[in-house]
Amino acid sequence: MEQAKIQELRRIATDIRIGIIEAVYNAGSGHPGGSLSIADVMTYLYFVEMNIDPSNPKKEDRDRFVMSKGHTSPALYSVLAHRGYFPVEYLKTFRKTGSYLQGHPDMKGTPGVDMTTGSLGQGFSVACGMALASKLKGDTFRVYTVIGDGESQEGQIWEAAMFAPHYKLDNLTLVLDYNGLQIDGRTVDVMNPTPHDEKFLAFGWNVINIDAHDFNQIESAFAAARECKGRPTAIIAKSHKGYGVSYMLDQASWHGKAPNKEQYEQALAELKAYRASI
Amino acid sequence: MAEAIATREAYGKALAEFGAKYDKLVVLDADLANATKTEVFKKAFPDRHFDCGIAEGNMMCVAAGLATAGFIPFASTFAMFAAGRAFEQVRNSIGYPHLNVKIGATHAGITVGEDGATHQCNEDIALMRTIPGMTIINPSDAVEARAAVEAAINHYGPVYLRFGRAAVPVINDAATYKFELGRGILMAPGSDVTIIATGIMVEIALRARELLAGEGISARVINIHTIKPLDEEMVLSAAAETGAIVTAEEATIIGGLGSAVSELLSEKRPTPVVRVGIEDVFGQSGPAKELLSVYGLTAENIAEKAKKALSMKKQ
Repeated sequence: MEQAKIQELRRIATDIRIGIIEAVYNAGSGHPGGSLSIADVMTYLYFVEMNIDPSNPKKEDRDRFVMSKGHTSPALYSVLAHRGYFPVEYLKTFRKTGSYLQGHPDMKGTPGVDMTTGSLGQGFSVACGMALASKLKGDTFRVYTVIGDGESQEGQIWEAAMFAPHYKLDNLTLVLDYNGLQIDGRTVDVMNPTPHDEKFLAFGWNVINIDAHDFNQIESAFAAARECKGRPTAIIAKSHKGYGVSYMLDQASWHGKAPNKEQYEQALAELKAYRASI
Repeated sequence: MAEAIATREAYGKALAEFGAKYDKLVVLDADLANATKTEVFKKAFPDRHFDCGIAEGNMMCVAAGLATAGFIPFASTFAMFAAGRAFEQVRNSIGYPHLNVKIGATHAGITVGEDGATHQCNEDIALMRTIPGMTIINPSDAVEARAAVEAAINHYGPVYLRFGRAAVPVINDAATYKFELGRGILMAPGSDVTIIATGIMVEIALRARELLAGEGISARVINIHTIKPLDEEMVLSAAAETGAIVTAEEATIIGGLGSAVSELLSEKRPTPVVRVGIEDVFGQSGPAKELLSVYGLTAENIAEKAKKALSMKKQ
């Protein structure tokens, strides 16, 4: 990828991180850690990879995205806002009564949200159903889903992991946000779900390991997923929870809480300084 | 004696019949196609039938995904696993987003028989009633089951269809039968008491009516095939005109048809209601017919409870 393109994506990803902080701070609750860890992948998906049209969110042949780890809705909402599905200012209504920006994504009311999620393990299965639907329609769209590494402790993840290769859903790409942390601590301590790559390989997937914050690797992985025929692709994206905000970095304690005013101002200052340095 | 057909048999045939008429209809199963009878559809439309293996939670969500793209998926397994094991998937991934998924749940109730309590789902009606926007249909025979399938196809939104394992008498006339979603059917007139029945209990209620007639009691029989939304008008007028109600369902008396009727009447027209159903116990292995008798799902017990309701009216 050209350097100028990388810089552009980094600027967008930083804007998305700022939107995540704005949403969670104004709500007074929410999940910043896992939203920040997946922000670069979300940026690439919505600004490069997916066939979408923000002016026509229900376009029939659009590519679909399912945020299976629905608690990181701030990352989805921020990328949708910055992509033009609704005003960026609306992020400040997140989790407030009457807002369509529900704590967990609600497809009924939110422009650009393709599936209602929040109960872990279910979104991935829904993405399988969407990919099957695309196959029945003659492979008219691709389907993308993001799951958490903690989420992979849900049994249903492995039901879906079995289903997708069985029906040769090569139009389905899964990204596992491998930040290594969950509410109660390190995933390897809470209930070790590793090795992720070997598990998906054993289930019949095309597996690619990448650094979730490296746009060159992100680009190569999604390109390889498109090339792969006859089986779905799992991108194991090694990430850092809280990436972009110094005091949230790799801290399980920032899984599900909002910054106070001082922390909010520091986070914005850090992100804005980084943006200016790009 | 009328011809006896299991409602699941009618379900499988109906899927195959309507598969030709509705090209968006697809069917999912969880390794039970032979028992749920979706295999009949599979034979006719092998490219539109997807076995999900023994993974009901995944199946419900796959159905949801298909529905988001305009398909009309029927997801089938035993009621125990459709409404029980996969309750939360149905609630969160089908009910909450109000997706156009049809849940074809077979082997409901005590008439599962020999498989015993683990497979006798008496709770499904109660569970499904708690999901906003969920339609619940419990057909009384093969004729009604076929019609219910087409009604579900033509209704946008989640529908829970309840079918049984055991063969039951055909009580409706295929030539004249008309299914209206959410509308009860007056099966037989009566003025002293009303038996409000659903599913296979409708036929048994009609036999109870004969027993009561022998004792000079005039019992009305209503078939509530759609438990949600309930035909409130029909229930309220039965309460007004007969003043005593018995409900009959092959399910727990907690949270099902009996509860729906009681909730309605206690708020809009207080009337004595006596519920016939599984009385807060687990079932056991045995032939379906014997189990119906063991748990009081008989014409005799309905007649007995009708007299109890009548005596409450007089107090």
